[in-house]
Amino acid sequence: MPNCPGCEGSVALEENPRVNEIVECGECATELEIISVDPVELAIAPEVEEDWGE
Amino acid sequence: MLRVAVVGASGYIGGELLRLLLGHPRVTVTVATSSRHAGKRVDGPHPNLRGTTDLTFLDPGRLAAAKDQYDVLFLATPHKETMGRMPEYLSLADQVIDLSGDFRLRDPRVYERHYGVPHTAPELIPGFATGLPEWHRKEIRGSDRISVPGCMATAGVLALRPLSEAGLIHGEVQVDARTGSSGSGVSAGSANLHAERSGAMRIFAPNSHRHQAEITQATGLPVRMTATGVEAVRGVQVLCRVSLTDGADERAVRRAYREAYADEPFVRVVAQKRGLYRLPEPKILSGSNYCDVGFDIDEESRTALVVGALDNLVKGGSGNAVQCLNVRHGWPERLGLEFTGLHPN
Repeated sequence: MPNCPGCEGSVALEENPRVNEIVECGECATELEIISVDPVELAIAPEVEEDWGE
Repeated sequence: MLRVAVVGASGYIGGELLRLLLGHPRVTVTVATSSRHAGKRVDGPHPNLRGTTDLTFLDPGRLAAAKDQYDVLFLATPHKETMGRMPEYLSLADQVIDLSGDFRLRDPRVYERHYGVPHTAPELIPGFATGLPEWHRKEIRGSDRISVPGCMATAGVLALRPLSEAGLIHGEVQVDARTGSSGSGVSAGSANLHAERSGAMRIFAPNSHRHQAEITQATGLPVRMTATGVEAVRGVQVLCRVSLTDGADERAVRRAYREAYADEPFVRVVAQKRGLYRLPEPKILSGSNYCDVGFDIDEESRTALVVGALDNLVKGGSGNAVQCLNVRHGWPERLGLEFTGLHPN
């Protein structure tokens, strides 16, 4: 099972993952992009900031 | 079935104990005491229990005469009064689980500083195990006397202790605690009038709160706590501002939490990068025995905000006491505590 590049938590993947698919880390909820499948490598996907305080 | 009595059962903590224990598959509630409601049905002050029990409140003065009806005493009785009656309670039951503040602090001088009166039974303090299974499970398994921590202390200790144990934080911890109105208890008073309480964010303990002593006792760190009453019935959230030691980064902090709580049934690490509930939020924990802990690190200032949240009446009191009972009897810890909370609520 690959690890999240953000928090090092284990990331569960579906069978036969594909490059460019987006998955979510169960521990820190970061969206991750599958950048290679053999071996599986994950990178943090770009995110939009939220702000409730304005 | 284990037979239990709840002393001080008409208050909010007592009512929550009844709710959880009446639903517990290995427990029978045989006695519930209240001086104010003696002789009346327990589902009067606790209407959520209608249809679950025909129990009536027993006058606490008759607790000794009823001693052959229970094996375990749960004490939901006031601080300062409980210590005076503890020798009697200990003579009545095989096991005593105390939810008052009287046997939480190991040092009677610290107790006096925070409760304003000398401890009247200091010789009994060492006999009590600290009722926080996450950090005292072995002690609880072998103890017939258990003292359950305070609600804000539980949230603070569960949030901070993995980091203090791992040497990731140092210096004074600033704790900003927010609490719902049920933490003030069931007694009427002008401070609890709806007209006064509704909409208020009342800082009722600006520079010190007695629960800070419990956090210091558990973490070894100096703590300064502010406590504020907020617009909620249930719920506690503690915001702890800490200084990080060299090398303490997000990965090290996550690792410390993972190592401390990976196998814990009631502590979840909530420090997410996305979503509405990125950090621990008591709103979704109402009625559940979970304590959520989380953090956010500011690399520039080498500080972190560490957060703990729970339902003050459940993991902050009654649920934690039931979890201790489960640990003490070698039962699965989730027994009677499976409720996950509500969303939305």
